[in-house]
Amino acid sequence: MTPSVATSQTILVVGGGISGMTAALEAAECGKQVVLVEKSATLGGRTATLYRYFPKLCHPTCGLEINLRRIKASRNIRVMTLAEVTKIAGSRGGYTVTLKIAPRYVNANCTACGACAEAVSAEIPNPWDYGLGRMKAAYLPHTMAYPQRYVIDPAIVGTAEGEKAKAACRYGAIDLGMREETLELEAGAIVWATGWKPYDAAKIQPYGYGRFPNVITSVEFERLADPHGPTGGKLLRPSDGKEAKNVAFVQCAGSRDENHLRHCSRICCMASLKQTQYVREAFAEDARSTVYYIDIRAIDRFEDFYAKVRKDATVTFVKSKVARIAEDAATRDPILHGVDTEGYRRYANRHDLVVLAIGMEPSVKAADIPADVVADSSGFIDAGAESAVFGAGCATNALDVNRAVQSATAATLRAIQVVNRAARAEA
Amino acid sequence: MPGDAGMGDMADLNERALAKYRNDFLREVEERVDEGHWVKMCMQCGVCAGSCPFGPHWEHSPPKIFLMIRAGKREAVLTSDSMWMCTSCYNCVVRCPRKLPITTIMHGLATYAQRLGLAPKVQPTRDFSIIFWENFTRTGRANEMRLMLRLWFKEGFAAGVKKALSMRDLGLAMLRTKRMSPLEILGGHGVKDVKGFQAMIRKAKEIEDRRRGLSG
Ligand SMILES: Cc1cc2nc3c(=O)[nH]c(=O)nc-3n(C[C@H](O)[C@H](O)[C@H](O)COP(=O)(O)OP(=O)(O)OC[C@H]3O[C@@H](n4cnc5c(N)ncnc54)[C@H](O)[C@@H]3O)c2cc1C
Ligand code: SF4
Ligand code: SF4
Repeated sequence: MTPSVATSQTILVVGGGISGMTAALEAAECGKQVVLVEKSATLGGRTATLYRYFPKLCHPTCGLEINLRRIKASRNIRVMTLAEVTKIAGSRGGYTVTLKIAPRYVNANCTACGACAEAVSAEIPNPWDYGLGRMKAAYLPHTMAYPQRYVIDPAIVGTAEGEKAKAACRYGAIDLGMREETLELEAGAIVWATGWKPYDAAKIQPYGYGRFPNVITSVEFERLADPHGPTGGKLLRPSDGKEAKNVAFVQCAGSRDENHLRHCSRICCMASLKQTQYVREAFAEDARSTVYYIDIRAIDRFEDFYAKVRKDATVTFVKSKVARIAEDAATRDPILHGVDTEGYRRYANRHDLVVLAIGMEPSVKAADIPADVVADSSGFIDAGAESAVFGAGCATNALDVNRAVQSATAATLRAIQVVNRAARAEA
Repeated sequence: MPGDAGMGDMADLNERALAKYRNDFLREVEERVDEGHWVKMCMQCGVCAGSCPFGPHWEHSPPKIFLMIRAGKREAVLTSDSMWMCTSCYNCVVRCPRKLPITTIMHGLATYAQRLGLAPKVQPTRDFSIIFWENFTRTGRANEMRLMLRLWFKEGFAAGVKKALSMRDLGLAMLRTKRMSPLEILGGHGVKDVKGFQAMIRKAKEIEDRRRGLSG
């Protein structure tokens, strides 16, 4: 076991998405020592996999890049990737945290030249594309990845492929002998920002996700639209690579449903409204988007965006929770069945592609967090625990980026108060 | 309970309900219909209507009925034949994101409409329910033979013979598998204490009526 780093005045931030990055920066820029722990190989979280942000439709690069630059410039933040918290002992103001760090097989000598990836031919499903595409087993997670350092997938370690990667590196950066490490560190307060994951769409059996190739989720659609994604930014449907000009958006896929997720995921109405504009961007007046909804929840200033999309002649709204999706066996076109509740007419509508506006659930259920936190009925972190483990961002609720960042700032302020008190007690 | 009040009683019950609830049909349903208090939980998503195998055959799907209740369309709801179309497949209940006991509410509405004498007069499910209830409460056991004959012949002798011929395969199969006995026509089997059973049914009805505010 590696000896302790950090002290009781350190703030530990768990999760390196937009919320965790914000929390780390806010604390560091107030002069606090921060350890930022991220499970994957890169910071950025889910926002790095979005094509554009609502409501202004800017690219996520802008927001993320500024934060990354601030992190690089800060002397108070120590970033640890491929790291997970396995145990938290102690109490408010004095925690001992155990971390498990997975081997990257690439050390700090890496210049991100990419020679290892060129040398390797083995491929693995790309998790940043939700498995839609494949990538080399020696990879940089994505263009915005931080640290800008390659990763060797454990699948090729100990094989000829692994040796090829090592041989190709001119900087001696590849170390195939790396092992999993355990590390203990001290912290006065913890900000828990492990974010969200999409609900498992296959559980919504009547929608045929997993059975029908042309039924995909909203997170996958973001990847189709992204120039760095599996189709190079073309909206091509999975079954035959045909352009998906006629797209159905099925709202509340898993959300607001006692059989699935109880809560409203809050961002998916806006996400679908935004995605109708991807279809328009790709096909102009030939685009056909149909949004099937219970009610559109475009809160406060987002209402303007909704009003704008309403005026778009390529977008149609059908007030109905889709009952069932079938597939035309010959063309593999999905066919949506249901009853609209403005007139109670039955419909059977054919589309090129169906996008399920999938619900958000916490990526780590509050009950599985190894610390004293209060869970709400959906497994998000609720306020009210006695501990100094503060939830931030989508670990506390389904939030858009703006609200996630606000929540992270609030959590950081609480964490700072705790370590300040610990500092005074020690003085 | 179907078919056990005279027409006069029914009209009277309806008049009294109208006087009591005036324009608040939702409250009337909440107080008097099985699981009626769930009606206001419906969020009009429509998934139940789209999941119903009988969907194309009804005029008023469940969300439409529920909205009509909230809109106070009392007469249209209680005279609708849609509730009688429900086959109790429970598809809607399984799918409802709010877990409304839709099937029970539909049957509750049908029963209430029948009590007030507002249920549609020519409706096969309603006819069957009444015949079944009378058949069953006579001895405490369903008498398939009599039930079948009454159903077939309810539209007259000629129609009955035609129906019997068209259904003979089903009838013979039931006889063969002992699901039905020809001797049942003579009166058939019953529970041991028929009088006690009938008293029990009367008592249950009395309690139910009191609970629903339907007693005299
Ligand atoms: C289809 C779709 C489109 C969207 N579009 C927009 C949009 O246009 N505009 C907008 O404002 N919002 C949008 N959102 C919402 C946005 O994605 C979230 O607000 C944002 O991702 C929240 O960031 P976060 O840091 O809280 O969580 P995340 O982005 O989920 O980050 C959490 C981080 O924690 C890490 N982690 C997880 N578990 C652990 C662990 N055990 N230990 C350590 N680290 C861990 C993860 O690897 C990840 O890096 C969209 C959401 C969806 C579903
Ligand atoms: S935001 Fe919209 S699509 Fe998402 S759960 Fe809420 S109502 Fe449904
Ligand atoms: S499924 Fe439930 S909530 Fe949806 S319309 Fe039917 S009764 Fe209402």
